[in-house]
Amino acid sequence: MSIFVDNNTRLLVQGITGKEGQFHTRQCAAYGTQVVAGVTPGKGGQKMDDIPVFNTVTEAVAQTGANCSMIFVPPAFAADAIMEAADAGVDIIVAITEGIPVMDMMKVKNCIEGANSRLIGPNCPGIITPGQCKIGIMPDAIHKPGGPVGVVSRSGTLTYEVVHQLTLQGIGQTTCLGIGGDPVNGTNFIDCLDAFENDPQTTGIVMVGEIGGTAEEEASEFIKQHVTKPVVGFIAGLTAPPGRRMGHAGAIISGGSGTAQAKIEAMKASGIHICENLGMFGELCSEVFL
Amino acid sequence: MKIHEYQAKELFKKYNIPIPDGGVAFNPDEAKQVAENLGQFPVVVKAQIHAGGRGKGGGVKLAGSIDEAVGITEEIIGMNLVTHQTGPQGKRVSKVLVEQGLNIATELYLSMIPDRATAKIVIMASQAGGMDIEEVAASTPEKIIKVFIDPLMGIQPFHCRQVAFGLNLSSSVMRPFVSMLASLYRLFIDYDCSLVEINPLVITAEDAVIALDAKMDFDDNALYRHKDIIEYRDTDEEDPLEVEASKFHLNYIKLDGNIGNMVNGAGLAMATMDIIKLAGAEPANFLDVGGGASAEMVENGFRIMLGDKNVKGILINIFGGILRCDVLAEGVVHAAEKTGINVPVVIRMEGTNVEQGRKILAESGFSLITASDMKDAAEKVAQLVAG
Repeated sequence: MSIFVDNNTRLLVQGITGKEGQFHTRQCAAYGTQVVAGVTPGKGGQKMDDIPVFNTVTEAVAQTGANCSMIFVPPAFAADAIMEAADAGVDIIVAITEGIPVMDMMKVKNCIEGANSRLIGPNCPGIITPGQCKIGIMPDAIHKPGGPVGVVSRSGTLTYEVVHQLTLQGIGQTTCLGIGGDPVNGTNFIDCLDAFENDPQTTGIVMVGEIGGTAEEEASEFIKQHVTKPVVGFIAGLTAPPGRRMGHAGAIISGGSGTAQAKIEAMKASGIHICENLGMFGELCSEVFL
Repeated sequence: MKIHEYQAKELFKKYNIPIPDGGVAFNPDEAKQVAENLGQFPVVVKAQIHAGGRGKGGGVKLAGSIDEAVGITEEIIGMNLVTHQTGPQGKRVSKVLVEQGLNIATELYLSMIPDRATAKIVIMASQAGGMDIEEVAASTPEKIIKVFIDPLMGIQPFHCRQVAFGLNLSSSVMRPFVSMLASLYRLFIDYDCSLVEINPLVITAEDAVIALDAKMDFDDNALYRHKDIIEYRDTDEEDPLEVEASKFHLNYIKLDGNIGNMVNGAGLAMATMDIIKLAGAEPANFLDVGGGASAEMVENGFRIMLGDKNVKGILINIFGGILRCDVLAEGVVHAAEKTGINVPVVIRMEGTNVEQGRKILAESGFSLITASDMKDAAEKVAQLVAG
């Protein structure tokens, strides 16, 4: 079992003919993901390796039965690409693109609210169900298939660090996903926690947050009320100065809210096992999950 | 990206949002000119820096004559203005805004920001104008009116009425207020703002609605479509090393500690700063070279970290994904060859091509210290710096 994606997922890639799109499409395919289509407006009819390229998402879905899209479109055109995928009825939309204007994402979020599509990201490493499929840019070798732990994070490389430490401890993963470092994103912590809680193969959850916003506080409240599985948490940014954007557009302490301390306290109050020293993350997970 | 009050007011003017008459002055002669053109007293002389709390710090003063305006300008330009937002080191003032004094009847607070949780634009308003809004929010949150606007719907007259009635405005100022608010929303959307704040927004004795102050912040991700805003950037307001880093698309923020650190990815970079602190030392910076960094970017990052004279040791923490460890190692070796490293460097690498990377470092001839994991790396660098 897993959440959101598995070996039945049929992937299409928007921006498949660009440099990054090509590189990561090949990596995903090599991992075993069924890559069934690509979309680049104006390049319909061509092929990338053996994958057919279409002009529009609607066409790609109709011809190939794709039900998931991975987006590598540059920031200025990414909002349009997400809305195109939602309009074509794609179930899962994974937006890797970093640097989409907030105003564009606010429009996207309000547009897709009533649609049946789930957006993961943007500004995220993607989602992987180890041993089944990879939809994103994460280094796959660090993952261990078979579960029992689900991982959800706002970060990219910090997620790799955490997953690597889990694997070194012999703890496998059901699904690992990044929900992105932007202030306005699609899928949030609560959506993932809910899905992991309902996934029988997942018996423990890792949640990695960072400064900015209140998503971790809201997730803590949800965990207190609805999650029965043990959760290990980590928050980055205890030493971050207020008022500065720490790399991610969403990682900013503003007006005294969004501090790491406040998040850690909320998480502790909800019974989450907080990792204080990232160097010991794997050991803590061993104690909690095994 | 932040801009100055006088620049924000230029944008307000363009959108027919009423502001006091006045102009910017870079020296006392120019201040004299502006005061003469205003032709009536008092005038207000306001220091232009990217920080709030200027009044309390002595950066905003009233002048009753041209001579006084010139005197105050001489005093303010060149001063080191310390406010609760500048930090104890303060900021050097290089320009002032000279404006007409107004007959103020009421001071209000008004702002707009994107609300991340609801993905709507939130208008916040309060009758407690002129005060620190964060204090008002903490002590008397019921005094703040919030109206949420779906960006797909845009601002409607009923939104404006909700704010106006919430502020208990008299019928005579209702019309100018509503028109001002709609214009402000247009400005906010047109320019991809991340904040517009008017504190105070004043109602004059003559029932005019005027933005006495103006603060604007813009979404960095959207600057590509606002070339006129990029023109407003004032690099004097930024740290010189941060300005240098921005030329190479490096996410660098200078801090007060003595351990430089270079990391790929923002989350891991913050976590690295935190673990340095946990090991008993203080981070000197935040530096995210990004997922797809080139050897050249690594080299520049290294040079910028070494440009900070407080740095006594460096920790490099890379989890290779797209950024391969061999590329990183090459960048570090090039930087070492060019700049000459005079502080201990601890390197922790993991992920793609880690073996090749380690080989490049080992064969470089530089005494670079390798660490097995994050904890090991932080402890090693903290120990080396502590002596």
